Amino acid sequence: MEQDVTIKITDRDGKTHEVLAPTDMAMNLMEVVRSYELAPEGTIGVCGGMAMCASCQCYVKSDVELPEMQDDEEAMLSEAFYVKDNSRLGCQIQITQEMEGLEVELAPES
Amino acid sequence: MIKTDILIIGAGPTGLFTVFEAGLLKLKCHLIDALPQAGGQCSEIYPKKPIYDIPGFPEILAGDLTTNLLEQCKQFQPGFTLGERAETIEKQDDGSFIVTTNKGTKHNAPIVAIAGGLGSFEPRKPLIENIVSFEDKGVEYFIKDPEVYRNKRVVIAGGGDSALDWSIFLADIASEVNLVHRRNEFRGALDSVEKVQDLKNKGKINLITPAEVINIVGHTKVKGVVIKESDNVHIDKEYVLETDHFIPLFGLSPKLGPIANWGLDIEKNAIKVNNALDYQTNIPGIFAIGDVNTYPGKLKLILCGFHEATLMCQAAYQIINPGKKYVLKYTTVSGINGFDGSRKEAPKAIVKKIE
Repeated sequence: MEQDVTIKITDRDGKTHEVLAPTDMAMNLMEVVRSYELAPEGTIGVCGGMAMCASCQCYVKSDVELPEMQDDEEAMLSEAFYVKDNSRLGCQIQITQEMEGLEVELAPES
Repeated sequence: MIKTDILIIGAGPTGLFTVFEAGLLKLKCHLIDALPQAGGQCSEIYPKKPIYDIPGFPEILAGDLTTNLLEQCKQFQPGFTLGERAETIEKQDDGSFIVTTNKGTKHNAPIVAIAGGLGSFEPRKPLIENIVSFEDKGVEYFIKDPEVYRNKRVVIAGGGDSALDWSIFLADIASEVNLVHRRNEFRGALDSVEKVQDLKNKGKINLITPAEVINIVGHTKVKGVVIKESDNVHIDKEYVLETDHFIPLFGLSPKLGPIANWGLDIEKNAIKVNNALDYQTNIPGIFAIGDVNTYPGKLKLILCGFHEATLMCQAAYQIINPGKKYVLKYTTVSGINGFDGSRKEAPKAIVKKIE
């Protein structure tokens, strides 16, 4: 479908999946991971996507431009574990057509 | 031994509504929850956030939904075992179950309804190699009895509400309160942030930011923690801070926990149930309702949990009262008779002649 973008997601076992993500369903990156079941249910998106649990933390591997980090995402990441400079919360990244080619790796479960 | 008709594991919205539906069928309920308060995720994670898909409520705060559910079921006098996690289940010769918590509280009921959401909330432990060996030897993830900290030195780590609130509370009890956080910014109610600022200015709370606790020092108990101050401008600084207690408050994360070992069919971290009939699990007498269950087409929505609870209670009635006749009654028609002797009913229509 033409509204879809291709995203590469490396799961917690190190396996990389190339997936098609719709841009017209208001989905975020955490929801894309869940829809393809790339992490077991209950280990990702625990708070539902409110930037309140960090279970969808991922490391951004590509230089595709992403929306700027808001205060609540930054605050949550400052309390999360395994945080790196390229950490983001998947639930705060809405999938848009500009995200073609995005590459991310899921952070370990904590 | 606590005895009841339906033992509900999990006091979130689904568990609380079960009390109401069971009450209409004159069945008594008791709830167990690992958290110290009712409401589950709604009160623990997002009490101040609005929900828009509760039928009949265009918008309701999760905390208010919990308050309403407690009010709605209170005339059916539910019992609560809070702050304890359901640990083991044993089937008895009479077909009933005994569920024992991690603190040894025993509960006996013919029906068990697991409404456990994503599982019981466990503290998120910081990635400090030796932390487990200091648990209950100066490292605590919850503050159960503040008196333990009287005239002691305390290090609290975290940047959210609980880290702020406990720092404020302990400032008057402990001899020294150190609050360590990775950033200078805290996420909490405005009021708490201002209070901590005030206590810092008065020298009652020692704020250490941006910094992390990276290690614990001690033999049989905590004697100190290693602090790493790092602001990406100056040279990182590592030093030992002497303390009697280290309290990391990094929130809670749900784990299915001991329920996973109860012999239930589990798929994708959820309990498989018969959704064509009554949400019973593979063990007769044990039901699973709300977010904790799974079946084809399952949706983890509060409103689906309400529906599942309602059907499950009808099945529980049949098990507890085999063969006994019953037809569904509408609350508008028959009113509600509470176990506390209260009665709610629709006002009678006024029949009066017009002259």
